[in-house]
Amino acid sequence: MNNTSGRLEARFCGVGGQGIVLGSTILAEAAIFYEGKYASQSPTYGSQVRGGPTKVDLIVDTQEILYPKATHLNFFLAIAQSSFKKYFCDIADDCTILIDENLVIDLPEDILVGTHRKLYKIPVMEMAKQEFNNNILANMICLGVTQEVTQVVSTENLLKSIQKSVPAKHYDKNVAAVQMGIELARSRKQQELVV
Amino acid sequence: MPGQIYALTGNQIVARAAIDVGCRFYAGYPISPSSEIAAEMAKALPKVGGAFIQMEDEIASMAAIIGASLTGKKSMTATSGPGFSLKQENLGFACMTEVPCVVVNVMRNGPSTGMPTFPGQGDLMQAKWGTHGDHPIIVLAPAYHREIYDETIRAFNLSEKYRQPVVLLSDETLAQMSGRLEIPDKSELIVINRETPKVGPKEYKPFDQSQGLVPPLASFFEGYRFHVTGLTHDDTGFPTENTTIAEQLLSRMRRKLTENLDDILKWEDYLVDDADILIVSLGSASRSALQAINEARESDGIKVGMFRPITLWPFPEEALKKAARNAKRIIVVEMNEGQMALEVERILHRTIETVLRYNGQMISPDEILNRIKSYESCEAAKV
Repeated sequence: MNNTSGRLEARFCGVGGQGIVLGSTILAEAAIFYEGKYASQSPTYGSQVRGGPTKVDLIVDTQEILYPKATHLNFFLAIAQSSFKKYFCDIADDCTILIDENLVIDLPEDILVGTHRKLYKIPVMEMAKQEFNNNILANMICLGVTQEVTQVVSTENLLKSIQKSVPAKHYDKNVAAVQMGIELARSRKQQELVV
Repeated sequence: MPGQIYALTGNQIVARAAIDVGCRFYAGYPISPSSEIAAEMAKALPKVGGAFIQMEDEIASMAAIIGASLTGKKSMTATSGPGFSLKQENLGFACMTEVPCVVVNVMRNGPSTGMPTFPGQGDLMQAKWGTHGDHPIIVLAPAYHREIYDETIRAFNLSEKYRQPVVLLSDETLAQMSGRLEIPDKSELIVINRETPKVGPKEYKPFDQSQGLVPPLASFFEGYRFHVTGLTHDDTGFPTENTTIAEQLLSRMRRKLTENLDDILKWEDYLVDDADILIVSLGSASRSALQAINEARESDGIKVGMFRPITLWPFPEEALKKAARNAKRIIVVEMNEGQMALEVERILHRTIETVLRYNGQMISPDEILNRIKSYESCEAAKV
């Protein structure tokens, strides 16, 4: 985990139907079922779930989670401009920010200034379309990046959770997309080391 | 035996517990943020031989669960603020006719249709006084996933034991957040069923005072014919205008609760023994309060504790007095304009402070912490 308290706060934003809540659920259930941790998810709950800007806050902790809203996000991902604008707040100093650079164009100029934040610009939607001919798998690429950055659960347990959550016939494709996300994040981290 | 681990939302847990404790009838009308309870019950009930009906409105849903309960089935409905308002007349009917049933109110920010997908705690007084006339009511207010499970079980048990509607107060935050839940093994589950008559149909009186505070309840279609009315009634259930009987009836209904407080009341004391500051909070607001208390103790060495009613009505008065005995300050934290604060003030007869919020947002731990500390620093400045 990328913070010292053993707690992860993550926010996934998109528009309804992109599958970002599923990604969060897979991580939460991996933590709960396979690592004996606590996890809570607070999704937006309104007409957003049917097409508007939507987000889910995921908190994973070794202790019972009391206040279920995120206040110091260690990880933030947005794959829609509208939801970035609406939900880009509560960002911790060490936050890793993942955006789809084709879909989230308008970023604050000072997004990294004076902080230890990292910004990953990855065209996840386009890559999902190119690689898998299915842009819904963008959420799984995002999940892979989240996994590699946060290490909030072991990759083995993440895969178990995917197996539980997605239909068997789509399992391989989903795992391939997650692996792609993991590789992307890994190469990004290596570039940082070189710099 | 260790229980099983699940990842469920608060609404899913209510449905799960209801099925586990033997609820076999649900009638409801969809309303955010409670609708998933209906959805889960619709899936689960047919599998256990129960029945689910989506009624034409909230009023009919409340009527349907009363009728179903009179046939001997444990029954439940769930709703939110506007629906809870509509149910009040029939909720009063259930109190007056002493029909066991469970009403879940997943609170959202009101009044009126308000903010359907945002949390609030504005129905605390409505839960007690929403229906007209003096009437007994038990209201439970869980704050955690496991507690939602346990209190749903307890809602049914108290309802059956005391022939009494029980209200379970949840809110949008608890209902929609998903998290870890360990469900106890079935062998650990305590299930209470209503007492049925020991006499035959000819001798049976549904409101027989000589049977004690809670007369046994016969089920329809088992040969027992009896009258059920919201009018003031005698032992047989037929209307009466006899003032002595009217007083006896209301007194007995009140005493069902007041003489069984040890059984009905439940609360949590958290670090109250050495607390200079006592926070009184409930439901999801108390989760923020607990985090603030832990932070205040760990980081600032301020002695804060919390009293949290789990049975909201009847209010655990004596327990609150005891918890507040040594506290120099009392801070009530709730998501409304100060409803529980009124009750705390009435019980403690002293000045209290409040941290309130009524805009659809949860109260954050920082807001509570600021209140705890700002006053501390004022006091320090005086010295």
